[in-house]
Amino acid sequence: MSFPYVLHFLVFGAYPLAFAFILIFHRWNIYLPMKWIGLGNIRFLIHDALIWKALWNTFYFVLIHVPSQLVVALAFAALLNRHLRGRTLFRAIYFMPVVVSGVVITILWQQLYAQDTGLLNRALTAIGLPRIPWLTDYRLAMPSIALMATWKNVGLYIVLFLVGLQSIPRSLYEAAALDGASEWKQFWHITLPMLNPTILLVLILSTIGGFSLFVEPYIMTGGGPANSTLSGVLYLYKQAFFFNRMGYAATIGFFWAMMIFVVVLVQRKVVERDVG
Amino acid sequence: MMKRLGLYAALILGAIVFLYPFLWMLSATFKPELELGGFHLIPHRVTWENYRLVFTRIPIIRAFVNSLFVSATATTSVIVFGAMVGYALSRLSFPGREIIFNVILFTMMIPAQLTLIPLYTLIVRLGWADSYQALIVPGMMSGFAILLFRQFFRTIPPSLIEAARLDGCSEWQILFHIVMPLSKPVITTVGILTFMGIWNDLLWPLLVIHDRRLMTMPQVVALFSIGGLAEARVGAQLAAATLLALPIIVAYAFFQRTFIESMATTGLKG
Repeated sequence: MSFPYVLHFLVFGAYPLAFAFILIFHRWNIYLPMKWIGLGNIRFLIHDALIWKALWNTFYFVLIHVPSQLVVALAFAALLNRHLRGRTLFRAIYFMPVVVSGVVITILWQQLYAQDTGLLNRALTAIGLPRIPWLTDYRLAMPSIALMATWKNVGLYIVLFLVGLQSIPRSLYEAAALDGASEWKQFWHITLPMLNPTILLVLILSTIGGFSLFVEPYIMTGGGPANSTLSGVLYLYKQAFFFNRMGYAATIGFFWAMMIFVVVLVQRKVVERDVG
Repeated sequence: MMKRLGLYAALILGAIVFLYPFLWMLSATFKPELELGGFHLIPHRVTWENYRLVFTRIPIIRAFVNSLFVSATATTSVIVFGAMVGYALSRLSFPGREIIFNVILFTMMIPAQLTLIPLYTLIVRLGWADSYQALIVPGMMSGFAILLFRQFFRTIPPSLIEAARLDGCSEWQILFHIVMPLSKPVITTVGILTFMGIWNDLLWPLLVIHDRRLMTMPQVVALFSIGGLAEARVGAQLAAATLLALPIIVAYAFFQRTFIESMATTGLKG
């Protein structure tokens, strides 16, 4: 019964993985024979200002996206974690952007962010504030995309936090209340430490999401202005698609995978050390 | 009482933030271009011009059929093979079982970016560029689906399977006639996750499909929006986006609970 899986894995899993390590050492446009260039791709990557730019952009994105994601998701989960009328309805509404394609969300937000006609700037000018160049200023474009990504994904993390909250034994709170701990103290000393595994999960999932950023800059900005929203995957796609540089694109993919490993490993270590 | 009021105020504010943009998008698709800057949700003058432009400029119906075909085929395959391997891993003992299990865990740790380009070159060399196989075959099996099936099958009482074996059922009959009918929850979860993942994907179709007749719906809508075909008409871009969102939103409206519970299992991946 497992044979089809083994076959599929060998062709579409193991072979591409092994071939990645061959491609890294070659120059290849798919059509002509491959050419061995040793460490040429890696040397090129080290001196490629754009890949470092993409890495910096990704850190910038993650730095804004992940904390806002954690705070907003935890806040709404805490609000929803009580006996309320319409609880499932609220949960369903917050979750809606999660199921909708990123293509739809990006096209929609492109209009919300538009300089002259966008709803956000219309709202700002209506109350007498100046317009904000959401996507046209190189300092603001990435934070704008991070804000949109938070809006799209936060519903999933609200649900994950709700699952986490419901797994905390009620007796802990009852004991703390008997000792006279305020609600805020209970949140700080019981809820947060008990949620540690969920926080780590949300941290890792949203960081990996940040490193996989593609649809949003592809549709919204094409990586601009001034490469300020160029993401690793968008750069990889451009190298493969526009320049047919398969060896170099595979090298970018390898480098990017390494970065994900390192960042996730560091996050694990830091969060686990905090638990003690 | 005040606290309760504040709580509801916060929740309702949140609901507006998540819902209003979708409602505005839907209404904008019926507005003439001049009305688009407004916050109102009921168009002063209803126009079908935006949808007319979408249907005449891009093969959106063809793209819808392509997406449906590709997503449905791959999802069926992921369910059938996921159940087969999951059953073998949880209920049969055979040489190499542990190896296969570890291979699956290993594949789930590999970031997709690492194998994206080699996989693309493989598709090109197989002569599969611009074909349905390119969209379907690489996604026909999923390690995560296998693990979900394996986990679920372990909860089925072994006595049930033993009894069936004694009655002379083959393992295939046990799987498809006894185990699968008991496995609706896990089939739904795997089905929703896989279908949504493929339906919404943009990067892979962009790489392997360049023939407009074979493009998937997200691809056609994205290219319509960034290419010149929409003539920079915002209403038409939003109309295309609305058509792309519609099938999933309709499904979500009916099965929102199942959707949410399924998506929450992605948490298990970490």
